[in-house]
Amino acid sequence: MEALKNKIQKRDSEAVDTVERTRSGKVFVPAVDILDSDDHLTLYADMPGCEKTSIDITLENNVLSIQGNICWQPPKDYELVFNEYEVGDYRRAFTLDESIDREKIEADYNNGVLRLTLPKLEPAKPKKIAVKFS
Amino acid sequence: MDIRYMLGGNPFEEMNRLRNEMDHLFNGFNTLRRPAVYPAVNIWSNKDKAILTAELPGYDLKDFNASVIDDTLVLTGERESLKTSDKEALQRNERMTGKFEKQVRLPFPVDANKIEATYNDGVLNITLPRKEEDKPRKITIKAN
Repeated sequence: MEALKNKIQKRDSEAVDTVERTRSGKVFVPAVDILDSDDHLTLYADMPGCEKTSIDITLENNVLSIQGNICWQPPKDYELVFNEYEVGDYRRAFTLDESIDREKIEADYNNGVLRLTLPKLEPAKPKKIAVKFS
Repeated sequence: MDIRYMLGGNPFEEMNRLRNEMDHLFNGFNTLRRPAVYPAVNIWSNKDKAILTAELPGYDLKDFNASVIDDTLVLTGERESLKTSDKEALQRNERMTGKFEKQVRLPFPVDANKIEATYNDGVLNITLPRKEEDKPRKITIKAN
């Protein structure tokens, strides 16, 4: 179980923040679910208000970075009279372990949810040695 | 406060919230978490209409239900949790699921028959026209 948990680890934002931003505004850490199955991981990130073209996913060394720029626009000619949440960009990064096939990562974005499919490499099959007892 | 919220179906909500706060402390203050109120809403207004916006990713428009009495709006919805088979494990689970009900006081009474809702990229937008009889009337003073 520990091994599973270590497959994807969150990096603290300090490491990511060494890259400075050129956009102003707030940055949020999207909430994430990760589903682990035999041959792949699926990552779901809540990133409402983006568009497919405003989301960048980069893989450098072992770090998978998600960056989503907000496209939502406040209604014109309205005044904000009650405020519980703020709007901003999204950013989060994960380290991938060796088992992920880096060439085959897929992404799609639907109803504000980014879904990443991270296939696992074929594991080295354990060798079976038949022992015959005479 | 006029705001009431309830969360059902997720006993881990409180745990997640605590963990989020801890993460937030350790991550410093450059990056922000979503507010603990779920769902958080913003209300916009001009003299004729109010607009309620809420970031509710992963739903369909049909998953929401809104009812209005005068100036009170009750919004309900439900997002299903991810289904896992016995071959899958939910390794990280931060996203909110389950039912919610939220009651909000609007800036004025609205016409329940003229409410319109849209849902785009995970953002719910409900337009609420002000009741005719509540609109300010202009009284012209006749000059004799």
